[in-house]
Amino acid sequence: MDALTGESNIVYDARGLVEPNADVPKISTIDGEKAEFDAQNLTTRQINLELRWLINEQGITDVTVRNPGAKHSLGVGLLTRCKITFDGSLGYFGCGIIDGPEVHVKGRVGWSACENMMSGVVVVEGNAGSLTGAAMRGGDLIVKGRLGARTGIDQKGGTILTMGSVGSMTGFMMQRGRQVICEDAGHGLGDSMYDGIIYVGGKVKSLGIDCVPGEWTDADTEFIERKFRIYELGTPPTFQKFVCGKKLYNYDNLEASERKLVL
Amino acid sequence: MCGIAGIIYKDGHHNVGQDMTRMLQSMKHRGPDSTGYALYAPPTENVVMRYTTANTTTPRDYEFQDRLKRNRAEAERRIAALGAKIVACEQETDYAFRLTLDYKGELKALADQIEDISDCEVLSLGHSLEIIKDLGDAETVCAQYGLEQFQGTHAIGHVRMATESDVDISGAHPYWAYPFSDIAVVHNGQLTNYFQWRRRLERNGHRFNSECDSEIIAVYLAEKMSEGLSLKDAMEESLDELDGVFTYICVTADALGVAKDEMAAKPLVLFEGENMIALASEEMAIRAIIDHEIDTYDPYEKEVMVWTR
Repeated sequence: MDALTGESNIVYDARGLVEPNADVPKISTIDGEKAEFDAQNLTTRQINLELRWLINEQGITDVTVRNPGAKHSLGVGLLTRCKITFDGSLGYFGCGIIDGPEVHVKGRVGWSACENMMSGVVVVEGNAGSLTGAAMRGGDLIVKGRLGARTGIDQKGGTILTMGSVGSMTGFMMQRGRQVICEDAGHGLGDSMYDGIIYVGGKVKSLGIDCVPGEWTDADTEFIERKFRIYELGTPPTFQKFVCGKKLYNYDNLEASERKLVL
Repeated sequence: MCGIAGIIYKDGHHNVGQDMTRMLQSMKHRGPDSTGYALYAPPTENVVMRYTTANTTTPRDYEFQDRLKRNRAEAERRIAALGAKIVACEQETDYAFRLTLDYKGELKALADQIEDISDCEVLSLGHSLEIIKDLGDAETVCAQYGLEQFQGTHAIGHVRMATESDVDISGAHPYWAYPFSDIAVVHNGQLTNYFQWRRRLERNGHRFNSECDSEIIAVYLAEKMSEGLSLKDAMEESLDELDGVFTYICVTADALGVAKDEMAAKPLVLFEGENMIALASEEMAIRAIIDHEIDTYDPYEKEVMVWTR
């Protein structure tokens, strides 16, 4: 049998830590500010080390990662402005905690992509799994396929836009930000949301607790049209707007600094 | 956490033992305790029985080897007493056997006779299904049982992170739907009305080999199908009658189906190709057997999907 993939390639130390002494592979082809490397035979840690080395130490601003192979946790924790193209699919937790990069995923992403994303742009050409954009704080996450369940759970800011449908409990405990869903939404949309706005272009199976239809304004039209224009998504469908009914929780939605100004 | 995988080919037989090993090995991190396979070979007139004469938790004392010999001899005596003829016997470990039997009687009678021997367990019984499970990762189990050349039409597999029952062969998946021929299940999740269903099924005359909640799914579905429901209808009923968080895959002699609970709490990634359907808890398992870019997606909550070969 040929060499098996996945965990077979990974080395653990006596404490069970993964690849404690992994070195930067330094296998990229560099051309000015652009670089490219093949991730097929690299582990997750090696891929992320190569990315950091290119971006933080070599001054590269545009990286293409070929054959990411749906490995988990790729492209996480990148905190600088740069362009990254994944020429394939990512596994779980892709692009988590990023602050600044523009990421293009040519395949799909697994569960919990862009978790805690702070800023930047992630465009996914395929589908995304559940928990996409969990606790996302800022930036734009564009998924051209469909999204799984609990999309944008605990979302605190930014925009999640999908050209497809979403699964159940999307926007659960959402606190701020916007979700734009061009097709259908599953059960419990916006359940227990504190704030934020969810736009749905298709049918909603059911609304969650304290999620109610909202009044459409010119600002909504301007926002939707702007996002579709920026990302060249064509003509937007007609959306319904959903917001928090504000009967479930007592709270205000001001930042601490904003509250000081008001008071 | 556990990892599950399934594969069904639409264009005949393939090296399903090797493909399933690749899928399961790539998900080793989801379940390091045990690995199991339910492989479907071309159906035969004979009955194939996989059974063990000891569990991994059986004490390896001075009497151990003698007990293994006694158990094997007793099993073969009881098989002969039922009028079954052993056409072939393959011994894969000290305690694991694959028997090819010329047997026309009831499978339940045969299984009950073997199960009645202390420490013996029938892993699978049927004309096509073969269940292989043991401790360790997929590479280990594959090598131990010589699965790399196994030709078949479809298969499911499981890597287990034990939570609610022991780390042993009885607690490992897949589960055969004792005593129904050629039906097996792998499951990722927890059933919260396990005891309720176990009591109901036991009252209907069924018996269980383990304390694992997943085992009742196989028997539950097989009983429904024996009452006339299709696999898809039985799986759809399970979404209302089995409580908990789960994604499970059920296989029969000619079909493979997947069901997700109403919360979609457990992952499953699906690839539907022209000649093959592959599904797994993680996409990297599917990519372990496909070397080009593919389009995959997650089925939604309360979805049941069935494919036939």
